[in-house]
Amino acid sequence: MKILAMVKRVVDPEVKVKLTGDAQLDPSILDYKLNYFDEYSVEEAVRLKESGAASEIVVVCIGSGDAQKEIRTALAMGADRGILVETDEADRLDSLTKAKLLAKVVEREEPGMVLMGKLAVDSESNAVGQMLAALTGFAQGTFAFKCEVDGDTVTVGREVDGGTSDVKLTLPAVVTADLRLNEPRYASLPGIMKAKKKPLEVIDPDDLDADIDLDEPAIEILGYELPPQREAGEIVDSVDALIDRLKNKAKVL
Amino acid sequence: MSTILVVAEQLGGELKSATLPTIGFAKQAAAATGGEVVVLVLGSGASGAAEAASRFGASRVLYVDGAQYADYLAENYAPAVVEVAKSVGATVVCAPSTTTGKDFLPRVAALLDAGFVSDAIDVAEVDGDVVYKRPIWSGNLIARVTSHTDITAVTVRTTAFEAPAEGAAVSVETISVSSGAATNAAFVSFDQVKTDRPPLTDADVVIAGGRGLKSGEAFGMLEELADKLGAAVGASRAAVDSGYAPNDWQIGQTGKIIAPNLYIGVAISGAIQHLAGMKASKVIVAINKDPEAPIFQVSDFGLVEDAFKAVPELTSKL
Ligand SMILES: Cc1cc2nc3c(=O)[nH]c(=O)nc-3n(C[C@H](O)[C@H](O)[C@H](O)COP(=O)(O)OP(=O)(O)OC[C@H]3O[C@@H](n4cnc5c(N)ncnc54)[C@H](O)[C@@H]3O)c2cc1C
Repeated sequence: MKILAMVKRVVDPEVKVKLTGDAQLDPSILDYKLNYFDEYSVEEAVRLKESGAASEIVVVCIGSGDAQKEIRTALAMGADRGILVETDEADRLDSLTKAKLLAKVVEREEPGMVLMGKLAVDSESNAVGQMLAALTGFAQGTFAFKCEVDGDTVTVGREVDGGTSDVKLTLPAVVTADLRLNEPRYASLPGIMKAKKKPLEVIDPDDLDADIDLDEPAIEILGYELPPQREAGEIVDSVDALIDRLKNKAKVL
Repeated sequence: MSTILVVAEQLGGELKSATLPTIGFAKQAAAATGGEVVVLVLGSGASGAAEAASRFGASRVLYVDGAQYADYLAENYAPAVVEVAKSVGATVVCAPSTTTGKDFLPRVAALLDAGFVSDAIDVAEVDGDVVYKRPIWSGNLIARVTSHTDITAVTVRTTAFEAPAEGAAVSVETISVSSGAATNAAFVSFDQVKTDRPPLTDADVVIAGGRGLKSGEAFGMLEELADKLGAAVGASRAAVDSGYAPNDWQIGQTGKIIAPNLYIGVAISGAIQHLAGMKASKVIVAINKDPEAPIFQVSDFGLVEDAFKAVPELTSKL
């Protein structure tokens, strides 16, 4: 079985946010890395290959030329080859536009399973996996903490409100990773050396012939604003003082 | 004229409370665009949930009954919602930003070729555009977005909207859809965490514990305090990962988003991903033995103290 592992180059959420006068992001602050959740989906793909359930892992990314770095990181973890759908507009593209591009890659590669993080820690839409499943007609197992392949089915354990839920999907399927799926490995030095020689194909999004308009995505970002900031309050010196404040100042007890 | 379709959430025929602020969002969207609100309930023998949803100001409440909706499955929900959205001429389809809404609504959006707005905290008409606000970057930034598609799908951050006031009921219309059960996906099981406490997302008071508690037993201390206050108990991801608390208790970017009147964080350092889930609480209290813990930067009241001393003392003095 071939696995496609979708990865995203994301803005490190730990950066200090700065906006320009016209409510856009100040590009000088931006720092990028491989989306945290995608480390879990790549790891799961590598484990499925190690167990014999998968035969090939193809890493797919929609991003600028710089995103080759994130693809190489995934290759160093054990994936076999990479595909970069190259566009400088990646940060502006909405989930539907990305899902349509990825659906075209799925059509071309015909994987048995697509693995991806459940959400990107920068744009936080938590949607591309589900949309990709809809567009390809694949079943979906989202927020996975368990992914057990058995013949042509996969049982996905999902983290859901109120507890956990299992679904059984007939392959091909899209599985999106939550953070308790596994413990991602660090790429070894030989892994990093080997990754440099692994094939990485660059595709022009126009060549995928998807029903999209890169200049007018479905969702347009108009601008940004900062959330209301909270101030540090009072440090109290005893439990009695805390109870007093909660009763008499905040009036919440 | 716009039609805002709300997909209600129910479990075992009981309407989930997250539906109500979602109707609140829909009414705000309808007011901004001059439209009406229609509520859809899918279930098996769950007409009670539709009755419960009928008193919050929607002009119509639709109920679809089918064995394939007895247990939630995205592959069964999505085609039914798509059919109903088309038949009522929905311009916006929304659902609460719960794990259920986040699972099926993007699927619905793709099937409708609809732009998708995740976790909306505001909607308004600005210069002819319908503008949504949504938090991104672990809550450190808010994006203002607008949709260019005929239909827009929106998951709603329930802590950002009020439940509408209860009023007169509209009569529930039972309708049928042609879509059946999926053949490539099946529900297997739902392991529910049993609790007598209020759900985290509804509770007025939440006591949350972190890795600093060092064991599941230590959470018993938080439960005693929670019993005194009628509070829910939550946890940081590190505490859940360490096996001290079930995953359903996790607060934060990848857990529950809460906004209680009072949040008390015990032995939690205050990582941004945790703050993303509780920063909207009205009053924040932190108990941590490290005076440098970042959570004190966002706390209204902080107590620098060992949790194993402070929590039992607090419980006994309340
Ligand atoms: C992509 C991503 C998503 C994440 N999502 C979430 C999320 O949804 N929710 C979440 O919570 N985290 C999330 N995290 C993890 C987050 O970054 C932190 O690692 C986590 O919140 C830390 O949990 P903690 O505060 O319990 O543990 P620590 O950071 O280890 O803090 C423990 C605290 O306990 C204090 N302490 C120790 N002993 C005592 C004592 N006896 N009495 C009093 N205080 C004591 C210490 O001073 C310390 O401040 C996410 C991380 C990533 C990368």
